[in-house]
Amino acid sequence: MPTAIEVTNVNKQFVLRHTRSIKEAFIWLIKGRKGDLSEKFHALRDVCLEVRQGETVALLGFNGSGKSTLLKHISGVMLPDSGSVRTRGRVAGLIEVGAGFHQDLSGRENVYLNGAILGMTEAQINNRFASIVDFAEIGHFIDTEVKFYSSGMYLRLAFAVAVHTDPDVFLVDEILAVGDEPFQKKCILKIKELAAAGKTLVVVSHDLDVVAKICERGVLLDHGSVTFDGSIDDAVARLRSAAV
Amino acid sequence: MSTGAPALIRPGLGGGLGDVVRARFLLKLLVRKELKVRYRGSVLGLLWSYVKPGVQFVVFYVALGVFLGLEQSPTNKGGLPNYAVYLFSGIVLINFFTESLGNAARSIVGNGGLIKKIYLPRELFPVASVWVSAVHFFPQLVILVLACFLTGWHPTLLQLASAGAGFVIVALLATGLGLLFGAANVYFRDSENFVDMLLMIATWASPVMYSFTMVQEKLGNAWYTLYQVNPLTVGVEAFHFAFWLPTTDGSAGIPPHLLSFWIPIALLVSIAVLVLGQLTFRRLEGRFAQEL
Repeated sequence: MPTAIEVTNVNKQFVLRHTRSIKEAFIWLIKGRKGDLSEKFHALRDVCLEVRQGETVALLGFNGSGKSTLLKHISGVMLPDSGSVRTRGRVAGLIEVGAGFHQDLSGRENVYLNGAILGMTEAQINNRFASIVDFAEIGHFIDTEVKFYSSGMYLRLAFAVAVHTDPDVFLVDEILAVGDEPFQKKCILKIKELAAAGKTLVVVSHDLDVVAKICERGVLLDHGSVTFDGSIDDAVARLRSAAV
Repeated sequence: MSTGAPALIRPGLGGGLGDVVRARFLLKLLVRKELKVRYRGSVLGLLWSYVKPGVQFVVFYVALGVFLGLEQSPTNKGGLPNYAVYLFSGIVLINFFTESLGNAARSIVGNGGLIKKIYLPRELFPVASVWVSAVHFFPQLVILVLACFLTGWHPTLLQLASAGAGFVIVALLATGLGLLFGAANVYFRDSENFVDMLLMIATWASPVMYSFTMVQEKLGNAWYTLYQVNPLTVGVEAFHFAFWLPTTDGSAGIPPHLLSFWIPIALLVSIAVLVLGQLTFRRLEGRFAQEL
């Protein structure tokens, strides 16, 4: 299988900027740049990762370990300070479902807008529209403004759009806790279906049981470094033992 | 599987404004969303796009045309003939610029939630802002044309072309500055306030309410040349040439060499600003997601 994602020696430092005004930056400059205007911390430290096509990988770690940051590098939202990230084919993120939704638009309009944001063409959305509405179980509410939706309906519709984008690489960030239990099962089933169809999956989640069901491979991150890369069961076991 | 698989590419390196053309379906949806959402919950809705410039026009017309004597009348021979059309043709163009740039400068920060999470060509947002303003500009243009016809408008093809050129000059300038200040605003929120100030100056630094001859008389030729380098000035003058001049006896005239020299210069300046804006945007956009 050819490589789907190749992450090579990626470093990322975040600047915790203390100031957001030109005035303070200017004073700092004329004072001879004394002190540091900002504090830095390593979000990713020399991370290497290679994912082959069709693999299902879970990124595991505690809060602040760099999982989501790594995912953002793969999707192209962030660029590395050094090192390189390369991907093959279309990458789409099921990242924070509903990010592209607008409260004042109807469900139908949001499907089109969000679909286009996730990279679908007009024809693709037209073709999959019925299937999206069907999957989301929205029914005739599709022409209601989404601000009147229950939070479950909202998430279901957003998830439905995302899973219908049909990219080569799926990035899934902490969205498996969508809706009630029947719908959650449906989502997991759908994700498994995608994996079975040969899609590459990279999943970030704190729900270790769910992750263990979906993924085969687990990558453990700690303070921005990869500490373990192997089978999902070993990775989950290591993370659980570290938590104790 | 996936025979002839695409090559490995680096994600997140967009093709700039070229990507906007490729994502025109998304651009269309963003513009439609913006138009729909702008006046949500208001009774007058899109009518506000007429009411605001209408009131502005009346205020300026009474204050400047009548009280300060800029309008030509039997008792005031030195004023501008048909001052109402003169004023309105400038105001619609300046309003287009003000609205475009004001919104474009805020568009990146305003869409921060999306930019932080999903990769898409970020140039879409400033471009969509300019586009939305163009949609608001159009009905005002229709009113302007009606007013022109009422006052005996017989434009030549050249004059119509100059109106088109004036619009393009201002649209390019607004897009370029919008990219520049929109990107800068992510790092320093001072940027949007600076833009507000710039927009206030813009209204007065081009011959919207007064005649270009006043600049020449009071400031001399050197300053006048500098004044003319501002693409906004040339855009307004092109609009005067297209809409106002044909409704007068033509004796007031337009700036010398407007068509042969200043319009091409203004186009070049606007394109240069657009290139500068795009280059700055490309430099800064890599860190948008972490700075927002």
